[in-house]
Amino acid sequence: MPTVKSVETILKEHPNAGRDHLIPILQEVQESEGFLSQESITKVGRALNLPSSKIFGVATFFNMFRFQPKGKYHVMVCRGTACHVKGSGKSLDMVTKTLKIQPGETSRDKLFSLEIVACMGACGLAPVVNINGQFYAKISPMKLQRIIEECREKEQTHANA
Amino acid sequence: MFAIEANGQKIEAKKGETILQTLTRAGINVPTICHMEGLLPSGTCRMCVVEVEGFGGLVPSCSHPVAEGMKIRTNTPEVMQTRKTIIDLLLSNHPDDCLYCARNGNCDLAKLAADNGVRDRTFHGERTHRPKDISSPAIIRDPDKCILCGKCVRMCEEIQGVSAIDFVNRGSKAYVGTAFNEGLNVSSCISCGQCILVCPTAALSEHKYIDEVLQALADPEMMVVVQHAPAVSVSIAEEFGFKPGTDFDGKMVAALRRVGFDRVFDTSFAADLTIMEEGSELVHRVQNNGPLPMFTSCSPGWVKFVEQFYPEFLPNVSTCKSPQQMMGAVIKSFFAEKENLDPKKIVSVSIMPCTAKKFECGRPEMGRDFVPDVDFVLTTRELAELFRITGVNPAAIEPEPPDNPFGERSSAGKLFGASGGVMEAAIRSAYFLLTGEELKEYKIQDLRGMKGSKELRVKIGDLEVGAAVVSSLGQARKLMDEIKAGRSDIHFIEVMTCPGGCINGGGQPIGADQEAIKARMNALYQIDRDDRLRVSHKNEWVQRLYTEFLGKPLGHKSHELLHTHYEKREVLL
Ligand code: SF4
Ligand code: SF4
Ligand code: SF4
Ligand code: FES
Ligand code: FES
Repeated sequence: MPTVKSVETILKEHPNAGRDHLIPILQEVQESEGFLSQESITKVGRALNLPSSKIFGVATFFNMFRFQPKGKYHVMVCRGTACHVKGSGKSLDMVTKTLKIQPGETSRDKLFSLEIVACMGACGLAPVVNINGQFYAKISPMKLQRIIEECREKEQTHANA
Repeated sequence: MFAIEANGQKIEAKKGETILQTLTRAGINVPTICHMEGLLPSGTCRMCVVEVEGFGGLVPSCSHPVAEGMKIRTNTPEVMQTRKTIIDLLLSNHPDDCLYCARNGNCDLAKLAADNGVRDRTFHGERTHRPKDISSPAIIRDPDKCILCGKCVRMCEEIQGVSAIDFVNRGSKAYVGTAFNEGLNVSSCISCGQCILVCPTAALSEHKYIDEVLQALADPEMMVVVQHAPAVSVSIAEEFGFKPGTDFDGKMVAALRRVGFDRVFDTSFAADLTIMEEGSELVHRVQNNGPLPMFTSCSPGWVKFVEQFYPEFLPNVSTCKSPQQMMGAVIKSFFAEKENLDPKKIVSVSIMPCTAKKFECGRPEMGRDFVPDVDFVLTTRELAELFRITGVNPAAIEPEPPDNPFGERSSAGKLFGASGGVMEAAIRSAYFLLTGEELKEYKIQDLRGMKGSKELRVKIGDLEVGAAVVSSLGQARKLMDEIKAGRSDIHFIEVMTCPGGCINGGGQPIGADQEAIKARMNALYQIDRDDRLRVSHKNEWVQRLYTEFLGKPLGHKSHELLHTHYEKREVLL
């Protein structure tokens, strides 16, 4: 688990921060809080004297930032070259359709969140998906759908128990 | 000056200007999209490319400096094809919606397509769709019509210092949006509408209330009254093909009657009233140690700006309502009483050069007992539409005078439409109120013209007043920061949200360049030069309003009806 630092602490660690510190600061905030909340962005904006529209614009320019807390199951789909060539795009389409979320978003029930990542260093197993730290090798849309359903069922039995 | 060659002809170029400037002066048209008069080139759209001998590729003329001996071609097959391709690409993600579009008839994009011979859809692909943002009472955003030229973003940031909108995402997913994709209504947008004026398409437009007004006009139970702002009469004619600066005052009044309004009032009357109240407030502040400097409060975008960005200055903002709201308040009180009408039976419409006025009239403190002082605000553009819908042609009508009791105005009140005009009117009257004498020369040259920031020191009796006038909120920001840093030689500051004042308001006819705006301004100066009543304090009907109803400036009734208060506003900054 990363240590939880408050936005204030992070800002203090960047004294006299200017615009060029924006990305590192946002990265640290996300690392600590898991996502960029409106509140944190506004605080960063006040400290750096930047409007939140600008920060939001810059942050959305990069794929790495998310603006919703992660779901209970964080699904990372690899779009590195090897995985791409082996058709990870189809699996990604499947996830966005079944979960009705786009990369960077979290489902309404807060169960699933989706992220696209670059090569995860497991190209031999391509296409690769990682859910909450666990790797799933050679996935296909069908396979991935089953995995997601299993996660759902697990939650159901939890809820019933 | 040196010579260059353009399309085989010798033309004169000036050192330091761009190729585009040189060509335009020589009467050679080069189409542009992202180029903005008076701002540094952003060079993103490449619509303005030309061929320059000796250069490898095509050169964007808006950002490239002209150089001696250049040989330029603006209409080679390659240049023309490039333009066409750029337009094709823009249209590939654009709805075929012109017939139902807010910009049908005056769209820059449609014109570019027509002027450059685009007659077919070249690319057929899926178009991106994003929902409209109708959350603001003033501004509508329709991202589907956006061609990502970035002009609105630059206007909002570089001229207005607001930055309510910016580019979100990148590449093919990029769009212009607010922080966190929230509605404009909770963003820092101050509803100035300057972004609408620069938008080449209908991606930005005003929130229209024409249907509501037509409905009220058709209701026999309702008395529908209308007021028109000082800057409208000198711009509405442009919508009917007349040249900028044509004054349609009387024609517009007559046309409003033909449309069916029961009374036509002049907001400049309320401007005179504002001078009486605001002048007295200034004197009161000077004699009672502040808070000073005092800022004007007639421009609602500016007022929201202070509430959001400089709440510590709220005690410095005049408590006077704007002329529109003062007029609204006396319509639904004094006028209602006089006519023996329940204020609920009056629909009060106002014609404004401004989109922020739409926001202002909905502020909860701008009314009493849930009856708003002003019910609907139409922009100059909407007024033209209203005239067209109802088949009234102001150009062909004989001028008529407005109605009393709110029809008489001084030309000082009319000057409110140009940046510096409130100050000029205020100084004319303050001089009289403090010394008992009239100024020898009413015209105050230092306060006139399009400059974004003007200053003046005047001696009124033994009082020396530091006066400052700024227009555009970027200019206001600069001045506020100077004051924050300790500057203390200014007592009274006029702030107009729009560059140049209401004549360049966000609700004015689209497509006006600097020359057109100057022409509107000069029209106001002309009216002032020729008028027989040039000072607010001599407006007899304003005096009558005080004797019959209000009592005296800053009196009890004035406080109840003509003054207001402000609060820090929490928005996404
Ligand atoms: S913005 Fe212009 S091109 Fe687009 S639909 Fe409207 S009129 Fe047509
Ligand atoms: S209306 Fe004014 S403040 Fe609002 S987005 Fe447009 S330019 Fe910015
Ligand atoms: S909204 Fe209009 S001005 Fe803004 S980027 Fe889009 S097309 Fe350009
Ligand atoms: S490309 Fe997916 S793991 Fe390397
Ligand atoms: S107008 Fe020159 S690049 Fe856009």
